[in-house]
Amino acid sequence: MGDIKRTPLAELHEKHGAKMVDFAGWWMPVQFKGLKEEHLLVREKVGLFDVSHMGEIRVKGPQSLPTIQWLLSNDASVLTKGKAQYTLLTNHEGGIVDDLIVYCIEPEEDYLLCVNAANIEKDFQWILENNKGADITNESEDWAQIAIQGPKGVELTSAVFGEDLSSIESFSFAAKTFAGVETWVARTGYTGEDGFEVFVPKAQAAELWTALLEKGAPMGVEPIGLGARDTLRTEKKYPLYGHEINDSTNPYEAGLGWVTKVNAKDFVGKSKIVEQKEQGLARKLVGFKMLDRGIARQGYQLLSFDNKELGEVTSGTPSPSLNENIGIGYVLKEYAELGTEILVQVRARQLKAQVVQTPFVK
Amino acid sequence: MRVPEENYYTKDHEWAYVDENTVTVGITEYAQESLGEVVYCELPEEGQKVTQNEPFGVVESVKAVSDLLAPVSGTVIEVNDGLGDNPGPINDDPQNDGWLIRIEMDSEKELANLMRAPDYKKLISEAQS
Repeated sequence: MGDIKRTPLAELHEKHGAKMVDFAGWWMPVQFKGLKEEHLLVREKVGLFDVSHMGEIRVKGPQSLPTIQWLLSNDASVLTKGKAQYTLLTNHEGGIVDDLIVYCIEPEEDYLLCVNAANIEKDFQWILENNKGADITNESEDWAQIAIQGPKGVELTSAVFGEDLSSIESFSFAAKTFAGVETWVARTGYTGEDGFEVFVPKAQAAELWTALLEKGAPMGVEPIGLGARDTLRTEKKYPLYGHEINDSTNPYEAGLGWVTKVNAKDFVGKSKIVEQKEQGLARKLVGFKMLDRGIARQGYQLLSFDNKELGEVTSGTPSPSLNENIGIGYVLKEYAELGTEILVQVRARQLKAQVVQTPFVK
Repeated sequence: MRVPEENYYTKDHEWAYVDENTVTVGITEYAQESLGEVVYCELPEEGQKVTQNEPFGVVESVKAVSDLLAPVSGTVIEVNDGLGDNPGPINDDPQNDGWLIRIEMDSEKELANLMRAPDYKKLISEAQS
């Protein structure tokens, strides 16, 4: 297994009977009791996710804001203390290096970027290369991260921290003490449900995880694997790096124009992004439902009924909430309209699908 | 984990039960456990030819697609059609009700390329350690 990384919670997961897999170089739980059951628990009650594999890059100093404004597509100048924002790290060709959340710890002084596990090294090098004089530190080794997600997520997290956390608004965060150390409690997530993501120093992670499981037992809390994390985000059509977006994706074709603030400022790749948009983007990311029986998977071709190649599937799965097979993919924009019927090449067969409104689950 | 003595096994975790020239095929207990819940399966039609070690269908869990490999060459003479609507038996009872297809085998000689229970047990215990 070489130097596969373990989170501070890996041993607890193994004892809990998790099925563990190598995910982006990390030994992670993909499933505990069963993917569908875990998925529905998060939609109906509350679940815990070990997301300690995610990366944390700290950007500090008087040049911190100019640096992130240059690197990121969204406008970080609007962030006040304790606010967070979904944003993109773009490249010079107008593609996407990573998608991430930036947390404003102190305006114009201190920011935390929470990045994808698979991209930590790439992002860190990219940020160093394009730094405008900020102090950049890769703090990924210092932090564990636990997500508490579901309708009872706020109640459970409040119980464990011993105070009402409901005043922390969506896309806001606050420093809170647990077991004598400072943690960051953020009202963010990747499931579409209410709840928090808590940045906790590695040494206290197991204690926090155990406390959440114990306090949450009456609420029905269970640990949730990465498998359900993926089906939960797919039902909301949240992009996953390496699926919906990559180094050559224009943010507009991925439907990420809302975090691409071309009128607010200049940033890496902006001129290319605008140029491509003005020339007209050929494809668009859509959500679809399978009409025929079968599951669309990443890389499967999408076709029109007259056999024209429209694009490719980026994600596809049975939806545990809807009991239907859903998918996300790029199609030529003439085929992106809601209700359009398309075909998915599933091995030897062409199966009917229909472009539908997203998120799939409201 | 149950590994019935009377069956033959492939390296890809299919079992084959031989009754004269008819070979009943399914996936093993080990295979269903590592796949997780099967949500979909695609099986051949009756009359279709299959070739030893080549895919004859797929089973899909929420997360993964796995090829089903034919343990012997021959002609498909029966398909467990109910699995199309409800693949549940593949997980619940993979070695009985969850059988997939029956093949009229071309040549008994191919059975020599398959494992018997003791070797298969060794294979899965090595895979688990």
